[in-house]
Amino acid sequence: MTDWLVGTVTDVRTETPTGRSLTITVDGWPGNLAGQHLDLRLTAPDGYQAVRSYSIASVGDGPAVQLAVDKITTGEVSPYLVDDVLPGDQLEVRGPLGRWFVWTPEDTRPIQLIAGGSGIVPLIAMARAHAASGSIVPFRLLYSVRSPQDRFFADEIAALESDLFRVDYVYTRSAPEGWATPPGRVTPERISAATIPVSETPGVFVCGPTGFVETVARALVDLGHEPQSVKTERFGGS
Amino acid sequence: MAVFSRGFGGRVRESTPDLPPGQFLTEDFPVLSAGPTPEIDTAEWEFTIRTETGASHSWDWDAFRALPSELVATDIHCVTRWSKLGTSWRGVSLDTLFEEVESSYDYVMAHSYGGYTTNLPLEDLLDGKAWIAYEFDGEDLDPEHGGPARLLIPHLYFWKSAKWVNGLVMMKDDEPGFWEQNGYHTYGDPWQEQRYW
Repeated sequence: MTDWLVGTVTDVRTETPTGRSLTITVDGWPGNLAGQHLDLRLTAPDGYQAVRSYSIASVGDGPAVQLAVDKITTGEVSPYLVDDVLPGDQLEVRGPLGRWFVWTPEDTRPIQLIAGGSGIVPLIAMARAHAASGSIVPFRLLYSVRSPQDRFFADEIAALESDLFRVDYVYTRSAPEGWATPPGRVTPERISAATIPVSETPGVFVCGPTGFVETVARALVDLGHEPQSVKTERFGGS
Repeated sequence: MAVFSRGFGGRVRESTPDLPPGQFLTEDFPVLSAGPTPEIDTAEWEFTIRTETGASHSWDWDAFRALPSELVATDIHCVTRWSKLGTSWRGVSLDTLFEEVESSYDYVMAHSYGGYTTNLPLEDLLDGKAWIAYEFDGEDLDPEHGGPARLLIPHLYFWKSAKWVNGLVMMKDDEPGFWEQNGYHTYGDPWQEQRYW
């Protein structure tokens, strides 16, 4: 297992009203696959430490690693990362971690990505890896958010959109003006209408809050996807 | 020596002697699963222990539920760094399930509906250290938490407590299970922080 590495925050961007992305430059970062995560450690002046795991939005060789964090107001790490941390600040990371929820260009199946909220983080890494690799397998993203302002990486997702990367949004609380579908949670019907069909035997990656992932994964299996082709990552309590 | 993170005070200070190193407390019950939650009908549920002789010991749901059960109050620790203290479970001790099982092997592969596996030393399953649990907080175990029944091995990181368990196969050598092939430690003691390879 690798040791803790010192990282310096080099960029912070507001992504949503409660979330932001951080770019951390980590000397010695060995690079990571799309979908992997890392452990992040903060140390207070008196030596008290807190560690959390975060998915990585960036992909490939270091030294820059990008995370995106949604604030949990009762937490002790995410409010610091969203409200307090500034370029130049130091923290520590360890990783990359996990070899299951990953996509590499050797995977030639069509890929359906389904994200809820900040669950987009490991999936944007896959979309970036797909674009960077020149892979010609079709990707499609279904992204569920409360409202348009809650989209992480909205501009980049729009820029990545192409014939090989189709994007659909589900708005659960408020939709943009003139949006065809009224706001509402993902349903099996919406999933069926806006994802790669079972007949194309896609690989599916689902990431989001527990309830979201449970709903989506169950719908996918009911639609006929093989459970083995659906990889999930859940966060938060149930 | 760790670097200090400017302005980080650790507002919550989640520290108790019951918390293993690098863990934080949660009141929630997070879910970690590699894929969809399998739907398992207890009418078709079966749990089997297989040994090197080919002998198998099986229980259907009624036979399993007819075994003596224990109420287990314990702390649980997930490798993704949350811990939940004072959880309450009901299940059947592995000591009970192994009463008639004879094996000279020292390791076990646990198998689950959905294909998940995890490896364990047999001694970690016996002497009151492990259960097949079917109730949490007095209610039937929810499918997303491993219902109808899961392993409960609270002294190891919680990925060892396989959800939807349906069998144990005795092994001569310690071979890696699912997460153990995907970057996680073969044994997983939270007090030693045995998280990753």
